[in-house]
Amino acid sequence: MKKLLNNKNTRSNLVIYLVVTVFFLVMQGMNMGGMLTSSWKGFLVPICVYISLAVSLNLLVGICGELSLGHAGFMGIGAFAGIVVAALLQDAVALEPLRLFIAMIVGGVLAGAAGFLIGIPVLRLRGDYLAIVTLAFGEILKNIVGNLYVGLDAEGVHVSATSAKFTLLEGGKMILDGPVGATGIKKLATFPMGFVLVLITLFVVLNLVNSKEGRAIKAVRDNRIAAESVGINVTAFRMKAFVVSAFLAGMAGALFGLNYSSMAASKFNFNTSINILVFVVLGGMGNILGSVISATVLYVLPEALRSLEDYRMILYAVVLILVMLFTWSPRVKEFVSVVTDKISGIFKKKEVETNG
Amino acid sequence: MQILQYLINGISIGAVYAIIALGYTMVYGIAKMLNFAHGDIIMVGAYISFCVTNYLGLPAFVSVIAAMAVCTLLGILIEKLAYMPLRGTPSLAVLITAIGVSYFLQNGAQLIWGSAPKNFASIVPLKPVFLAGGELVITGEVIVTILASVLIMVGLTLFTTKTKIGKAMRAVSEDRAAAQLMGISVNNTISMTFAIGSALAAIAGVLLCSTVPTLQPTTGAMPGIRAFTAAVFGGIGSIPGAMLGGILLGIIETFSKAFISTQFSDAIVFSVLIIILLVKPAGLLGKQIQEKV
Amino acid sequence: MKKFTALMLAMLMVMSLLAGCGSSKPAADASTIKIGMSGPLTGGAAVYGKAVEAGMKIAVEEINAKGGLKIEFQSQDDEHDGEKALNAYNNLKDWGMQFFAGAVTTAPCLSIAPTAVEDNIFMMTPSGSSDKIPMTGNNIFQMCFTDPNQGASAAELVAELNMAQNIGIIFDNSDDYSKGLMNGFKTKAAELGLNIVCETNFTADNKTDLSTQVTQCKDAGCDFVFLPFYATEASQVLTQAAKIGYEPTFFGCDGMDGVLTIEGFDKSLAEGLVLMTPFNPDAPETQDFVSKYQAMMNGETPNQFAADGYDVIYAIYDACVAAGVDGTTAPSDACEMLKTYFATNEFSGLTGSGMTWDEQGMISKIPAAVVIENGKYVALG
Repeated sequence: MKKLLNNKNTRSNLVIYLVVTVFFLVMQGMNMGGMLTSSWKGFLVPICVYISLAVSLNLLVGICGELSLGHAGFMGIGAFAGIVVAALLQDAVALEPLRLFIAMIVGGVLAGAAGFLIGIPVLRLRGDYLAIVTLAFGEILKNIVGNLYVGLDAEGVHVSATSAKFTLLEGGKMILDGPVGATGIKKLATFPMGFVLVLITLFVVLNLVNSKEGRAIKAVRDNRIAAESVGINVTAFRMKAFVVSAFLAGMAGALFGLNYSSMAASKFNFNTSINILVFVVLGGMGNILGSVISATVLYVLPEALRSLEDYRMILYAVVLILVMLFTWSPRVKEFVSVVTDKISGIFKKKEVETNG
Repeated sequence: MQILQYLINGISIGAVYAIIALGYTMVYGIAKMLNFAHGDIIMVGAYISFCVTNYLGLPAFVSVIAAMAVCTLLGILIEKLAYMPLRGTPSLAVLITAIGVSYFLQNGAQLIWGSAPKNFASIVPLKPVFLAGGELVITGEVIVTILASVLIMVGLTLFTTKTKIGKAMRAVSEDRAAAQLMGISVNNTISMTFAIGSALAAIAGVLLCSTVPTLQPTTGAMPGIRAFTAAVFGGIGSIPGAMLGGILLGIIETFSKAFISTQFSDAIVFSVLIIILLVKPAGLLGKQIQEKV
Repeated sequence: MKKFTALMLAMLMVMSLLAGCGSSKPAADASTIKIGMSGPLTGGAAVYGKAVEAGMKIAVEEINAKGGLKIEFQSQDDEHDGEKALNAYNNLKDWGMQFFAGAVTTAPCLSIAPTAVEDNIFMMTPSGSSDKIPMTGNNIFQMCFTDPNQGASAAELVAELNMAQNIGIIFDNSDDYSKGLMNGFKTKAAELGLNIVCETNFTADNKTDLSTQVTQCKDAGCDFVFLPFYATEASQVLTQAAKIGYEPTFFGCDGMDGVLTIEGFDKSLAEGLVLMTPFNPDAPETQDFVSKYQAMMNGETPNQFAADGYDVIYAIYDACVAAGVDGTTAPSDACEMLKTYFATNEFSGLTGSGMTWDEQGMISKIPAAVVIENGKYVALG
């Protein structure tokens, strides 16, 4: 046990679980005690969703070094699959958390399948070309998901890609209505389920990262050719990372979809993908705890700025640029280190550390 | 006849994509960064042109010059303030900064010009040409846009191959460190690239809004992404590639809307892109670079 | 460096925590009722949110200048996004909102409405026109026309005035408003035996270039084109049609109001355009509102959205005065009182007179159509 605790990886993992659990307990406690404002109650589930999305994207971007610009596409598949499954199981599964969980699993599996599809071109491409393919794939997914018509009536389930001949029997229910999306969704998402999702995501990603495979993946990121030359099967690992990442994004998407009473496919566009990417980059590439914190902070930040009215989004943009400059720019870094050195010697050690 | 009309429509929107893509490709080739704010510089260019013609009452020609001047300055300013400090850091850091700049420009434009869309009166004075008894129409904008895109492509090719600055740009693009050793100022060269790219964005903005008249703070976003796609299509970094990619993208988009499905046109366009990249991983005219250890 | 980043992020977090939790509700003041609104104040749909917001602010100023019951008003940005809309609504609830005068666009309305039903907060949307919105619950009211009804009355008008031989329809397939109108129109047109020869659409993602759709209608030989969408896209269609020399009768709905005031738009292109709109900025009875709006919005002419916003504030205010609601009434009680009031009383405002609501909160008012002649609205028929 002592040995285990001395292991650096295990220790830092424990810190992550601890931070997340404490956050959950505090929030849940405040929620039960009626101490949270309506706004904060509304943030709880989306924060969990975005943490999960950021961590799963970090697996691709930070750990594997593959820039993906289509993460929202997987989220969208998960969301709509989850909504449809939850609607179909409305009568069959009475227990709501169970129905939600089934919906999340199905959403994850479908998104994972899409991740496998995208994995095929990924095997041939890298760098910015890969980025554009993920962008394109995300747009395709959004376009297809946004043109599905799914309805349920006495005859059974109807699925179509056009609205032209789509008619339901009397008393039938439209689940997905093409680009308009789903309306009248029964909200199932809960904060505890969001916590479970975050735990699952962390467990899967951290285990993958710290496994033998994870080290291989990192070797591939740092020097692909060298990794290949010592016999690491690059292709298989990249594929695995894509599928796992898409699966987790799908689960998060399902939870997200079932947290709102209406959902349109246009939500899962390029901007959403970029937002998740911003969480990852600001949190630090490959830094899981960083993703968790930055997803939380950056989700709340624009909301906390509401009192600024018209200047809200422009200020958000400025904060984004400044944070990037402060964390990355060598010149600004130098300046900051001079200042902090003067204040105290605590920060002196940091230059020795490698940033990752 | 119908097919020809759609072809003309497609080439027309494609030529606009091509001009935007030329700017993208220039910046990418030399600065090695995806400048996601490029689309928003287009929007700024269009607004400047709109203001000069509508509020100052000056002729269209002057408005284009003004738009180019403002966008050039803006491009250099953004580069100096936001991108230059990040030189040498991972490309993702610069990408996120570019996104920040994009948000900044969009929201800034809304604060300055308001959210109400403006109708951009075409700056092209040419009358449309009617062929085949009126069944086929070629508008003045189409002619001007195509001419402009070809001129810009030829001009850029000549510039990068014949002039000293152009050659410096290519040197920086090939090997930044070696170029520096040869006495080329990398910073100045990259600033120059941004200046040219942004001036092109201004022209693209004016022509885009002459073809598609709605001007609002988000006008540049979608064409920006399309043009980025077009640049990759043709092989990012390649000047003729950007041109070819833009035109092809416009044609594919218009044809899939007209003959297959208006709903799925996006999916079709992007599927074609993926297939092309699978067959030619560096785009249509891009160079396949051998990696070294 | 990691430490520094983490530190800064943590600091930001604490800041936002404070900003989120720190806002305690001020004590309610009996003389002031609190009305909240959400709408797209940034992004692509901001023009609608801004118009409604300005219309509401004018009404609030007028009422507060009168004395008596006062209104405290707050508007929040929802970016035309369901997720952000719910955040905006929650934020307003924390502020102590009693009545929700939103949202402006349909998708955010559908996202908020079920929560408003749960909270039993009175909600009246100025411009969210889907029939699904009032159907969510009986405390959700609407100020504008309901889409299918408006589409149907458009078809009736076309048949009555014998305006069309071959009808073309271009609609926005990603927009609930557009599809609702289109479906209402098509159903009624089939009943009345109108001849629809071309039906084409676009979506929010590919609406930058509408030349293909216009060309399709021209090729199908349409002499009448139904355009159930907003003024921005309509101006594109009109410009495109003029470029290729195509001159059918174009027919729009209330969303097209404002087409004449788009800055830079060549008004002559809109000559002969027919549209259904409840609000006429050229009519004498709206002049006071028009001049106030112009003073507030840099000389822009108000459209139907602004007028709907203005009417919503007055409707809520009138009901509060009549039913005896004040700033101390709990939102849920106030909701019940307003529901009772609107069940039996009618309201007259800028967008119509003698408006009534059924028990679902669906509005009934008389549709009016205008034709554009010499750059002005002229009542049709």
